[in-house]
Amino acid sequence: MNKIEVEGATVELDREGFLRDLHQWSRQVAVELARREQIDLGDEHWEIIDLLRSFYKEYKVSPAMRILVKQAGIKLGREKGSSLHLLRLFPGSPAKVASKIAGLPKPTNCL
Amino acid sequence: MQEADKSLLVVVRHGPYQGQLAREALDAVLTAAAFEQPVSLLFMDDGVFQLTPNQDGSAIDAKNLATMLAVLPMYDVDRVYVELDSLNLRAISPESLTLPATPVGGHALRDLFVNNAHLLSF
Repeated sequence: MNKIEVEGATVELDREGFLRDLHQWSRQVAVELARREQIDLGDEHWEIIDLLRSFYKEYKVSPAMRILVKQAGIKLGREKGSSLHLLRLFPGSPAKVASKIAGLPKPTNCL
Repeated sequence: MQEADKSLLVVVRHGPYQGQLAREALDAVLTAAAFEQPVSLLFMDDGVFQLTPNQDGSAIDAKNLATMLAVLPMYDVDRVYVELDSLNLRAISPESLTLPATPVGGHALRDLFVNNAHLLSF
Protein backbone atom coordinates (compact mmCIF):
# COMPACT_ATOMS: atom_id res chain seq x y z
CA MET A 1 0.00 0.00 0.00
CA ASN A 2 1.27 3.41 -1.02
CA LYS A 3 1.06 5.74 1.97
CA ILE A 4 2.68 8.59 3.84
CA GLU A 5 2.83 9.45 7.53
CA VAL A 6 2.00 13.03 8.45
CA GLU A 7 1.91 14.15 12.08
CA GLY A 8 1.21 10.63 13.28
CA ALA A 9 -1.63 10.01 10.83
CA THR A 10 -1.48 7.59 7.91
CA VAL A 11 -2.51 9.05 4.57
CA GLU A 12 -3.22 6.53 1.81
CA LEU A 13 -2.19 7.26 -1.76
CA ASP A 14 -3.15 5.65 -5.03
CA ARG A 15 -0.71 4.03 -7.46
CA GLU A 16 0.29 7.41 -8.89
CA GLY A 17 0.60 9.12 -5.52
CA PHE A 18 -2.76 10.97 -5.47
CA LEU A 19 -4.72 11.04 -2.20
CA ARG A 20 -7.28 8.25 -1.87
CA ASP A 21 -9.39 10.36 0.50
CA LEU A 22 -9.34 14.02 -0.55
CA HIS A 23 -10.52 15.04 2.92
CA GLN A 24 -7.18 13.99 4.37
CA TRP A 25 -5.43 16.93 2.73
CA SER A 26 -3.75 19.53 4.91
CA ARG A 27 -0.90 21.96 4.36
CA GLN A 28 1.42 19.47 6.10
CA VAL A 29 0.22 16.72 3.74
CA ALA A 30 0.96 19.04 0.81
CA VAL A 31 4.49 19.62 2.07
CA GLU A 32 5.06 15.88 2.31
CA LEU A 33 3.51 15.18 -1.14
CA ALA A 34 5.74 17.91 -2.61
CA ARG A 35 8.81 16.42 -0.93
CA ARG A 36 8.10 13.15 -2.75
CA GLU A 37 8.22 15.13 -6.00
CA GLN A 38 11.47 16.83 -4.90
CA ILE A 39 9.68 20.18 -4.64
CA ASP A 40 10.29 22.59 -1.79
CA LEU A 41 7.07 24.61 -1.51
CA GLY A 42 7.46 28.40 -1.56
CA ASP A 43 4.95 31.26 -1.80
CA GLU A 44 4.62 30.90 -5.56
CA HIS A 45 3.78 27.20 -5.22
CA TRP A 46 1.13 27.96 -2.61
CA GLU A 47 -0.47 30.55 -4.90
CA ILE A 48 -1.03 27.82 -7.49
CA ILE A 49 -2.16 25.27 -4.91
CA ASP A 50 -4.73 27.70 -3.49
CA LEU A 51 -5.86 28.59 -7.01
CA LEU A 52 -6.35 24.90 -7.86
CA ARG A 53 -8.23 24.19 -4.66
CA SER A 54 -10.65 27.06 -5.13
CA PHE A 55 -11.19 26.03 -8.79
CA TYR A 56 -11.98 22.50 -7.67
CA LYS A 57 -14.25 23.73 -4.89
CA GLU A 58 -16.30 25.62 -7.45
CA TYR A 59 -16.40 23.13 -10.32
CA LYS A 60 -15.44 19.74 -8.81
CA VAL A 61 -13.03 19.32 -11.70
CA SER A 62 -9.23 19.55 -11.72
CA PRO A 63 -8.30 21.89 -14.57
CA ALA A 64 -6.18 20.76 -17.50
CA MET A 65 -2.88 22.54 -18.19
CA ARG A 66 -4.26 25.08 -20.66
CA ILE A 67 -7.02 26.07 -18.25
CA LEU A 68 -4.64 26.29 -15.31
CA VAL A 69 -2.38 28.61 -17.32
CA LYS A 70 -5.34 30.80 -18.18
CA GLN A 71 -6.62 30.89 -14.60
CA ALA A 72 -3.18 31.74 -13.24
CA GLY A 73 -3.02 34.63 -15.72
CA ILE A 74 -6.40 35.95 -14.63
CA LYS A 75 -6.02 35.46 -10.89
CA LEU A 76 -2.29 35.96 -10.28
CA GLY A 77 -1.24 38.32 -13.03
CA ARG A 78 -0.22 37.90 -16.62
CA GLU A 79 3.43 37.03 -15.97
CA LYS A 80 2.29 34.02 -13.91
CA GLY A 81 -0.12 32.80 -16.55
CA SER A 82 2.53 31.01 -18.53
CA SER A 83 3.45 27.36 -18.99
CA LEU A 84 7.07 28.29 -18.26
CA HIS A 85 6.22 29.69 -14.84
CA LEU A 86 4.22 26.56 -14.02
CA LEU A 87 6.89 24.25 -15.39
CA ARG A 88 9.49 25.97 -13.25
CA LEU A 89 7.35 25.47 -10.11
CA PHE A 90 6.05 21.98 -10.89
CA PRO A 91 8.48 20.37 -13.34
CA GLY A 92 7.37 17.66 -15.73
CA SER A 93 3.61 17.81 -15.92
CA PRO A 94 2.51 20.92 -13.96
CA ALA A 95 -1.26 20.36 -13.98
CA LYS A 96 -0.84 16.80 -12.80
CA VAL A 97 1.90 17.39 -10.22
CA ALA A 98 0.24 20.51 -8.79
CA SER A 99 -3.16 18.78 -8.55
CA LYS A 100 -1.52 15.91 -6.71
CA ILE A 101 0.13 18.22 -4.17
CA ALA A 102 -3.09 20.24 -3.83
CA GLY A 103 -4.89 17.04 -2.83
CA LEU A 104 -7.17 16.94 -5.86
CA PRO A 105 -7.97 14.16 -8.33
CA LYS A 106 -5.81 13.79 -11.40
CA PRO A 107 -7.03 16.13 -14.17
CA THR A 108 -9.39 13.94 -16.22
CA ASN A 109 -7.83 14.83 -19.53
CA CYS A 110 -4.29 14.29 -18.34
CA LEU A 111 -2.64 11.33 -20.04
CA MET B 1 -2.27 19.07 -47.74
CA GLN B 2 -5.75 19.47 -46.44
CA GLU B 3 -6.19 19.19 -42.66
CA ALA B 4 -8.43 16.38 -41.51
CA ASP B 5 -11.72 17.64 -40.12
CA LYS B 6 -11.60 16.99 -36.39
CA SER B 7 -14.89 18.67 -35.52
CA LEU B 8 -16.67 16.66 -32.85
CA LEU B 9 -20.28 16.53 -31.73
CA VAL B 10 -20.92 15.00 -28.32
CA VAL B 11 -24.54 13.96 -27.88
CA VAL B 12 -25.80 13.50 -24.35
CA ARG B 13 -28.99 11.42 -24.12
CA HIS B 14 -29.10 10.10 -20.56
CA GLY B 15 -29.98 11.62 -17.20
CA PRO B 16 -27.25 13.02 -14.96
CA TYR B 17 -27.01 10.06 -12.56
CA GLN B 18 -27.73 7.08 -14.85
CA GLY B 19 -24.39 5.36 -14.31
CA GLN B 20 -21.18 7.04 -15.39
CA LEU B 21 -22.35 8.18 -18.83
CA ALA B 22 -22.74 11.85 -17.93
CA ARG B 23 -19.25 11.96 -16.43
CA GLU B 24 -17.79 10.16 -19.43
CA ALA B 25 -19.43 12.64 -21.79
CA LEU B 26 -18.04 15.59 -19.83
CA ASP B 27 -14.58 13.98 -19.82
CA ALA B 28 -14.72 13.58 -23.59
CA VAL B 29 -15.75 17.21 -24.09
CA LEU B 30 -13.10 18.57 -21.70
CA THR B 31 -10.42 16.43 -23.30
CA ALA B 32 -11.26 17.70 -26.78
CA ALA B 33 -11.42 21.27 -25.47
CA ALA B 34 -8.13 20.98 -23.59
CA PHE B 35 -6.48 20.11 -26.90
CA GLU B 36 -8.30 22.98 -28.58
CA GLN B 37 -10.32 20.73 -30.87
CA PRO B 38 -13.63 22.13 -32.14
CA VAL B 39 -16.31 20.51 -30.02
CA SER B 40 -20.07 20.95 -29.87
CA LEU B 41 -22.29 19.54 -27.17
CA LEU B 42 -25.94 18.58 -27.66
CA PHE B 43 -28.31 17.62 -24.86
CA MET B 44 -31.34 15.63 -25.95
CA ASP B 45 -33.83 13.05 -24.62
CA ASP B 46 -33.26 12.51 -20.88
CA GLY B 47 -29.91 14.28 -21.32
CA VAL B 48 -31.72 17.60 -20.87
CA PHE B 49 -32.15 16.73 -17.18
CA GLN B 50 -28.41 17.31 -16.82
CA LEU B 51 -29.09 21.03 -17.26
CA THR B 52 -31.80 21.33 -14.66
CA PRO B 53 -31.11 23.34 -11.48
CA ASN B 54 -31.17 22.11 -7.87
CA GLN B 55 -29.58 18.74 -8.54
CA ASP B 56 -28.46 16.71 -5.58
CA GLY B 57 -26.54 13.49 -6.09
CA SER B 58 -25.45 13.17 -2.48
CA ALA B 59 -27.74 10.18 -1.73
CA ILE B 60 -25.70 8.10 -4.16
CA ASP B 61 -22.45 9.89 -3.36
CA ALA B 62 -22.33 11.54 -6.78
CA LYS B 63 -20.97 15.01 -7.43
CA ASN B 64 -23.51 17.59 -8.56
CA LEU B 65 -23.31 17.34 -12.33
CA ALA B 66 -24.67 20.84 -12.99
CA THR B 67 -21.74 22.17 -10.93
CA MET B 68 -19.30 20.24 -13.09
CA LEU B 69 -20.94 21.35 -16.34
CA ALA B 70 -20.42 24.95 -15.18
CA VAL B 71 -16.73 24.43 -15.98
CA LEU B 72 -17.47 24.31 -19.73
CA PRO B 73 -17.18 28.09 -20.29
CA MET B 74 -13.76 27.98 -18.58
CA TYR B 75 -12.72 25.50 -21.28
CA ASP B 76 -14.13 27.84 -23.94
CA VAL B 77 -16.82 25.33 -24.87
CA ASP B 78 -19.52 27.70 -26.05
CA ARG B 79 -21.24 25.56 -28.68
CA VAL B 80 -23.80 24.06 -26.35
CA TYR B 81 -27.18 23.03 -27.74
CA VAL B 82 -30.33 21.55 -26.33
CA GLU B 83 -33.03 19.85 -28.35
CA LEU B 84 -36.28 21.74 -28.14
CA ASP B 85 -38.69 18.79 -28.35
CA SER B 86 -36.88 17.01 -25.52
CA LEU B 87 -37.38 20.10 -23.34
CA ASN B 88 -41.03 20.50 -24.28
CA LEU B 89 -41.85 16.83 -23.66
CA ARG B 90 -40.47 17.17 -20.14
CA ALA B 91 -42.02 20.57 -19.51
CA ILE B 92 -38.61 22.20 -18.92
CA SER B 93 -38.30 25.82 -19.97
CA PRO B 94 -35.10 26.85 -21.80
CA GLU B 95 -34.76 29.79 -19.39
CA SER B 96 -34.44 27.50 -16.36
CA LEU B 97 -31.33 25.67 -17.63
CA THR B 98 -28.08 25.94 -15.68
CA LEU B 99 -25.98 26.62 -18.80
CA PRO B 100 -26.61 28.98 -21.69
CA ALA B 101 -27.61 26.35 -24.28
CA THR B 102 -29.03 27.18 -27.69
CA PRO B 103 -32.38 25.45 -28.26
CA VAL B 104 -32.38 23.63 -31.60
CA GLY B 105 -34.86 21.66 -33.65
CA GLY B 106 -35.63 20.85 -37.28
CA HIS B 107 -32.98 21.98 -39.74
CA ALA B 108 -30.65 23.39 -37.08
CA LEU B 109 -30.62 20.00 -35.36
CA ARG B 110 -29.99 18.18 -38.62
CA ASP B 111 -27.16 20.59 -39.46
CA LEU B 112 -25.42 19.79 -36.19
CA PHE B 113 -25.22 16.13 -37.17
CA VAL B 114 -24.28 16.88 -40.77
CA ASN B 115 -21.63 19.53 -40.08
CA ASN B 116 -19.53 17.67 -37.53
CA ALA B 117 -17.05 15.06 -38.75
CA HIS B 118 -17.19 12.91 -35.63
CA LEU B 119 -20.00 11.91 -33.31
CA LEU B 120 -19.85 10.51 -29.80
CA SER B 121 -23.12 9.54 -28.13
CA PHE B 122 -23.50 9.12 -24.39
